[in-house]
Amino acid sequence: MTSEEIFSLLEPIIKTYLPEDVSAKEINRDSDLTRELNINSAHLVDIILDIEDVFNIEFKNDDMESLRNVNDAILLIQQKISA
Amino acid sequence: MKKRVVITGLGVVSPNGVGIPKFTESIKNGVSGIRFIPELCNLNFSCQLGAMPIISEEKKREYLSELQLRNFNSSGILYGIIAGMDALKDAKLEPAKSNVEPLWDLGIIFGSGTSGVEKFREAIYRIDDKNVRRLGSNSVAQTMTSGVSAYLGGLIGAGNIVTANSSACATGTEALLMGYDHIANGKATYMLCGSTSDSGPYIWGGFDAMKVTTYKHNDSPEKVAGPMSADASGFVPGSGAGAYLLESLESAQKRGATIYAEVLGGAINNGGQRGGGSMTAPNSLAIQKCIKEALKASNISASEIDYINGHLTATIKDPDEIENWSIALDRKGEDFPYINSLKGMVGHCLAASGSIEIVSAILQLHEGFVFPNVNCENLHPKITTLISSEKISMKLLKSSLQTIAKASFGFGDVNACAIFKKI
Repeated sequence: MTSEEIFSLLEPIIKTYLPEDVSAKEINRDSDLTRELNINSAHLVDIILDIEDVFNIEFKNDDMESLRNVNDAILLIQQKISA
Repeated sequence: MKKRVVITGLGVVSPNGVGIPKFTESIKNGVSGIRFIPELCNLNFSCQLGAMPIISEEKKREYLSELQLRNFNSSGILYGIIAGMDALKDAKLEPAKSNVEPLWDLGIIFGSGTSGVEKFREAIYRIDDKNVRRLGSNSVAQTMTSGVSAYLGGLIGAGNIVTANSSACATGTEALLMGYDHIANGKATYMLCGSTSDSGPYIWGGFDAMKVTTYKHNDSPEKVAGPMSADASGFVPGSGAGAYLLESLESAQKRGATIYAEVLGGAINNGGQRGGGSMTAPNSLAIQKCIKEALKASNISASEIDYINGHLTATIKDPDEIENWSIALDRKGEDFPYINSLKGMVGHCLAASGSIEIVSAILQLHEGFVFPNVNCENLHPKITTLISSEKISMKLLKSSLQTIAKASFGFGDVNACAIFKKI
């Protein structure tokens, strides 16, 4: 799966957790999920679970530690899919 | 010098009406929210009747965002949010804007018996399936006892005390008196108080097992023998939430708020599970003492009480409650105040009973009416030897009430009594 294809599936997941005052247009590859998109850090676990469901993969505890921005998520997903 | 405390906002999510206008109309007309619940029948409950508020998906979205509703599964928190936010709006107060300081003078005491029992069930299945990691982020917030006060605190931006009390079926009355104390002692200007209770088999099952609910009316939900009836055979389990915005009198006057009633005071005590009291039954002496102390704290005499909103659950304890009121007030026969019980219409809403019933009591005081007792045409003979049957109206009465009493009693031998006055 290309990173573009992953991004297109990832974007709607992230959009669900955006605060009301942040537009979906602000989601790009470099967006920091909590600092820039202002997503409540408690929701990172929900994003992980949604990604697992959509891509049929499973994350480990230490995978989550490296998840900061959208690119991190794309890289993690690519690793898991190809593993 | 204690501050005087008044009620300036009301909200209710009741089995017979969501929102103050609908609820007011229902209690005036004796409209019941008790229904046959097929799920209880499928689960082999003895009592297959229940009373639960009906909330549409659109209604939920007036209070919570799509994100907040994602994986949301706590009926009690939902009811509490709707009742609480309605009470705030009714008082014409606004939540704090985002990115400003919280409302330091506004606190919340909003109780529950247990929280998010449906959400807890989901979590337990996942945990037992060795899948704890799939619980997601919102399991704790929806199952903690303070879930309802925490959700309200966030929606409003409350900056004073935000907590949840828990005292079984006295929870709502206790919350009111705790909020009253907080304002009277100058610790807050506004207190949003109330209580909530989840709906459904997981909250009602324990009561079914104890045989305190009625199994005799499964085919006739509109004719369940009500409180004070000789035919009463147990309560119908209910659910919902009631809320009141308490405010210092000086603040309410300064901003020209609508004042529903003054909270004169009240008392909370415990029967110690002694002298006839137990985990499940009340100590009559403690009830009498609670009522007398409430009068004393309110600085009024028993003769001033025009109306009593009883706890009266439609169990064998109803005649005892009437006797306790009669002894505590030293009034009987024709001299006894009007008395009614909302439980004939909405069942026993458990942790929410006190708050929904307080809302009904305040509406009667404010508008000057006494709602009808339903399905108790055949009054219990012990009750009619104590007080005149005219004081237990089966019809809507217009009456300019001035001073009223509300009491709630609950498991753990807890008692709470509050006194309100028209202002």
